[in-house]
Amino acid sequence: MNTSSSERGTDLVKRGLAEMLKGGVIMDVVSAEQAHIAEEAGAVAVMALERVPADIRAHGGVARMADPTIVEEIVNAVSIPVMAKSRIGHFVEAQVLEALGVDYIDESEVLTPVDDNHIDKWNFTVPFVCGAKDLGEALRRIGEGAAMIRTKGEPGTGNVIEAVKHMRMMNKQIRRLTVLDDNELMAAAKELRAPYTLVREIAETGKLPVVNFAAGGIATPADAALMMQLGCDGVFVGSGIFKSGDPAVRARAVVEATTFYQDAGKIAKVSRNLGEAMVGINIDTLSPEERMQDRGL
Amino acid sequence: MKRVGALALQGDFREHLAVVRRLGADGIEVRTPEDLEGLDALIIPGGESTTIGRLANIYGLIDPLRSRITEGLPVLGTCAGMIFLASATVRYEQPQLGVLDVVVERNAFGRQVDSFEADLAVAGMPKPVRAVFIRAPWIHKVGAEVDVLASVTDQESGEERPVFVRQERILATSFHPELTDDTRIHELLLEVS
Repeated sequence: MNTSSSERGTDLVKRGLAEMLKGGVIMDVVSAEQAHIAEEAGAVAVMALERVPADIRAHGGVARMADPTIVEEIVNAVSIPVMAKSRIGHFVEAQVLEALGVDYIDESEVLTPVDDNHIDKWNFTVPFVCGAKDLGEALRRIGEGAAMIRTKGEPGTGNVIEAVKHMRMMNKQIRRLTVLDDNELMAAAKELRAPYTLVREIAETGKLPVVNFAAGGIATPADAALMMQLGCDGVFVGSGIFKSGDPAVRARAVVEATTFYQDAGKIAKVSRNLGEAMVGINIDTLSPEERMQDRGL
Repeated sequence: MKRVGALALQGDFREHLAVVRRLGADGIEVRTPEDLEGLDALIIPGGESTTIGRLANIYGLIDPLRSRITEGLPVLGTCAGMIFLASATVRYEQPQLGVLDVVVERNAFGRQVDSFEADLAVAGMPKPVRAVFIRAPWIHKVGAEVDVLASVTDQESGEERPVFVRQERILATSFHPELTDDTRIHELLLEVS
C-alpha cells in the first residue's frame, strides 16, 4: 500500500468537486441525447431531469425527483459529472440519487418542497448544492452541509433579473461583514439568521467557504458573462438551452462567454446568429405561488 | 521574479496561482496564445478535461502549447491537466497535447462518492503528501522516458497505477496539490524552471 488514512466524503472532497467546475457551465438535460449535446458543447456537468423548469412551470402539480431510468441513462451516457435534483427536505429521494451514482445532488426549490426543514447533508457521502437568495440563506445551507451554493434566480423564466438581485445582495452582505467590529458579529448573525461561526469566518475571509454559481433565468451568452462579472464562479443554465431554437449552437456560445466573460469582443462574436432564445416571463406577472425562489428559505 | 502561467479556460486555476504567488512567483492567467509569451513555467489546472480540451482547440492553443512544452517549458498538470498533457485516453477520444508519454484512464476510481483524500508516499519526499483525488484519472500505461513518483494499488487487479509522474520538465498528478496547504509539488515545478 502506498496510501494510508484514506477518507471519502470529506469537506475537501465534496467542496473540491465544485472547485473543479468553476468557470464552467452546468446544463439541464432530460435525455441521453441532450446530455451528449451538452458534453460536446463543453458543459462541465449536466443536471439530469424529467422536465426542465419551464416545463415544470407549465405542467403544474407536484414536481418530484426524476425517474431513476432517466437519471441512470444520463449517468451512463456522459463522462462528465451528473447532478440530479431532490425535493427540499426529501432525504429519501437524496438517498436514492446517491445510490444511483449521481455526482452532486441539487436540493432544489424547482421541485415541490416536502418539509420546512432541509436535508441534513452531513449524513451523505455525495455532495449537495443548494440555492440561496442572500447570505443568511447561503450560510444556513452551508451549516446543514451544502458543499456548493447557487443563486436561486427565478427558474424557468428566461429572465435573469432575480439571479442578479440575489448575487448583488450576497456580495453586499459579505462586504458589510468584513467591515464590522468583532463585537458586532453576533448581532449580524442574528439579523442574517445564520450560524455565528460561519458569520465570523466570512468576516475574516471576505468570501463564502464554498463555490457560488449563478442559476435561474440565464438564457443568453451575455447573461452568463453578466453573472460572471458580478462575481459568480460559474453558471447553471436550465431551460435556456434546450428551450431555445438551436440548443447545440447556444450551448457552445454560453460556454465560450463564460470563459471569456471579460472580453466583450468575444461575447459579441459568439452571440451572433444563435436563433430564437427561449420565450421569457416577466417576474411581475407571477403570482406568489408561482415564485419558486420563495420556497425553502 | 519567475513568471508562472496557469491555463485559465476553466477549472481551479486561481487556486494554483495563489500557491505560486505564495512561493514568490508572478502568477499569470493564460487564455490566448499571446499569454504564453515570457513564461518560465505553466500549470494546467484541475477542471473538466473535455471542456478545457474543446476550448483550447477552438481558441488555437493546442499547437502553441505543444511546441512551447516540447521546447522545454516546464509544466505541471493536475487531474484534468494530466489528461490534457497525455498522449491518449482509455475509452474516450478528446483533444490532448500528447507531450507526456502516458495513456490515462479517466474517472479511474469511480464516481464522486468514490472520491477520497489519503496520505500518499512520494519518491524523494520524506513525508507523505495529503492527496485529494476527485473523480480522478490514473495512468494506465507509462512510456520508457517517464519516471513514476507515486502510485496507488488498483483494488480490482492488484496492479500499481501511477498517480504522479515526471518526464524531464513535465510533472503530472492525478490529485490536487492546489487544494491543500502543502506547496512541495509546486516548489518542484519552480525548481525545474
